[in-house]
Amino acid sequence: MTIAELPAGLTLIAAGLAAPLVPRAWRGALLLAAPLAAFAQLLALPAAAHVAVEAFGVTLQLVRADKLSLAFGYIFVIAAFLNALYGWHVRDGAEQPAAMVYAGAAVAAVFAGDLLTLFVFWELTAVASAVVVWAQGSKRAYGAGLRYLVIQLASGMLLAAGAVLRYAETGSLAFDLVGLGTPGGALLLLAFGIKCAFPLLHNWLQDAYPEASATGTVVLSAFTTKLGIYALARGFAGTEMLIWIGTLMTAFPIFYAVIENDLRRVLAYSVNNQLGFMVVGIGLGTDLGVNGAVAHAFADILFKALLFMSMGAVLLRTGTVKGTDLGGLYKSMPWTAGFCIVGAASISAFPLFSGFVTKSMIMFSAAQQGYAWEWLVLLFASAGVFHHAGIKIPFFAFFAHDAGIRCREAPGHMLAAMALAALLCIGIGTFPAALYALLPRAVDYTPYTASHVLSQLQLLVFSALAFSVLMRTGIYPPEKRSVNLDFDWTYRRVGARLAAGTAAALAMFNAAAGAGLRAGARRVGGWLQAVHGADGVLARTWSTGGMALWVALMLAGYLLVMYL
Amino acid sequence: MNADNKRYWLDDPRNVTTVYRGLWAFGIALLLLDFVVHRHAEADFDGVFGFYGVYGFVACVALVLAAKLLRRGVMRPEDYYDDR
Repeated sequence: MTIAELPAGLTLIAAGLAAPLVPRAWRGALLLAAPLAAFAQLLALPAAAHVAVEAFGVTLQLVRADKLSLAFGYIFVIAAFLNALYGWHVRDGAEQPAAMVYAGAAVAAVFAGDLLTLFVFWELTAVASAVVVWAQGSKRAYGAGLRYLVIQLASGMLLAAGAVLRYAETGSLAFDLVGLGTPGGALLLLAFGIKCAFPLLHNWLQDAYPEASATGTVVLSAFTTKLGIYALARGFAGTEMLIWIGTLMTAFPIFYAVIENDLRRVLAYSVNNQLGFMVVGIGLGTDLGVNGAVAHAFADILFKALLFMSMGAVLLRTGTVKGTDLGGLYKSMPWTAGFCIVGAASISAFPLFSGFVTKSMIMFSAAQQGYAWEWLVLLFASAGVFHHAGIKIPFFAFFAHDAGIRCREAPGHMLAAMALAALLCIGIGTFPAALYALLPRAVDYTPYTASHVLSQLQLLVFSALAFSVLMRTGIYPPEKRSVNLDFDWTYRRVGARLAAGTAAALAMFNAAAGAGLRAGARRVGGWLQAVHGADGVLARTWSTGGMALWVALMLAGYLLVMYL
Repeated sequence: MNADNKRYWLDDPRNVTTVYRGLWAFGIALLLLDFVVHRHAEADFDGVFGFYGVYGFVACVALVLAAKLLRRGVMRPEDYYDDR
């Protein structure tokens, strides 16, 4: 095993673990250098590399390099670099080291060739990312992080159980196409589905991500859900059920995004919506669909990071990301506003921006395969994502009515990270061939046709007009300080009430049972005292004659039993 | 220069109206381009004149109206989950 063949993820994990130990002044540099080293490792990785070790009597494949794992490996390492640059000013606390361990675990997971190795790094992403949530420090973040961790660990347990069943079913732990045919496959799909935020399994995302710090949320947005997408693309490509699950995912979160006041929570809903497109692509299972899913995951990590970075900069400078409190910030933070608009144009799939060349692959494939209704929903969701992420985010933060906030522009390293992400978004949008070359299957798709550009522009411009008309007529719902009930209500309110009720009932039972037990114990104690106590029957001194009589009686009894 | 007193171009409502009208003009121009550019339909029905424009507009209005309805059901005070 050469250095180059060592899992690149381990480099990031090692850097993350070492970071708290090195002098404070060196910490930022170490965390910035680690992704560069890991990237060099990936570039040096021989094609189709396999690194295996023997452990517990099974072969563990630590590195299985193919185009699918490499595409995710590259983008995860790029995201780790962007995060380190963006979080340059954060030198204390567990957040940045944990973020690097988290990124490393995600990289290692996409190169895992077997389910056991995948499970180990899967769990490491869960624990490290929970630390990132907690590092924000507030009580809300603590609660959200705890709920987040429980759900992520549940995904890990399902993965472990699925892996065991797969081993029983196939005699191998290898992680390749799984399919839904067996119980093991079903458990794995559920495990991956939690990470991908399938409907009803999704709320950990909107709950926890917006509670992390300005820098932490950017970190979180990149890895967990895209690791889920990777696993789904590897194990369940062509599983038709995913088309409907994904279609549902694109549509339902956007209604919540429209009425949500916390702009980072709006983005969390749009993460969910974008994941839906990828899930559809995987479900289609065609070359175009799977390529589209991978390409869109790649692009999404960049533009979602960019959007979260711009909102993080706003949070850092103004102390809030509530739509009700913001507005007119373009005057104070023009660069941040500009980068935010690049991210918004990318997620909305404007021509020349990344989403245009990636999302369209999935939609085109859905139409080709004859999924007309699904295609219509996806088109609705495309207009909707422009509406809530493309317009609402920049509009309420940087434009709308001037909230009178005057602050400084974001710090230089944050602007640098945003600039780099923006450059990559535009780079992918203008030179899609570079990204297409990384995709797992052969690409036969031309995004830039006059027809595609025109239809997409029509869709977007008329969506923008709808927004403008609704704003100017006052029909658009105003931002309101509120919490919107989503599925997490079932466990945060109903579940909490049930738990509290159960606890109260148990306490009552305890009290009653305790009283009974105590009375019983007193009775037993009294009896013991009477029999064995200082004056008890068994503690008395008995006469020798009496003892001899008892022994004689016992022996007689013995004799009797012998003859019987 | 005191940043607080600076007037920006967008501070004038008339300029906002100009942008708004410009957007309409752009949208209508894009629709008219349908006569020039032959759009290849992806599905069976999207080749119809103005399909994407109308669909985008209607979809967004429907989205917002539905979301307003949704708010009636799910909106709670900001500290809803905070009380013990």
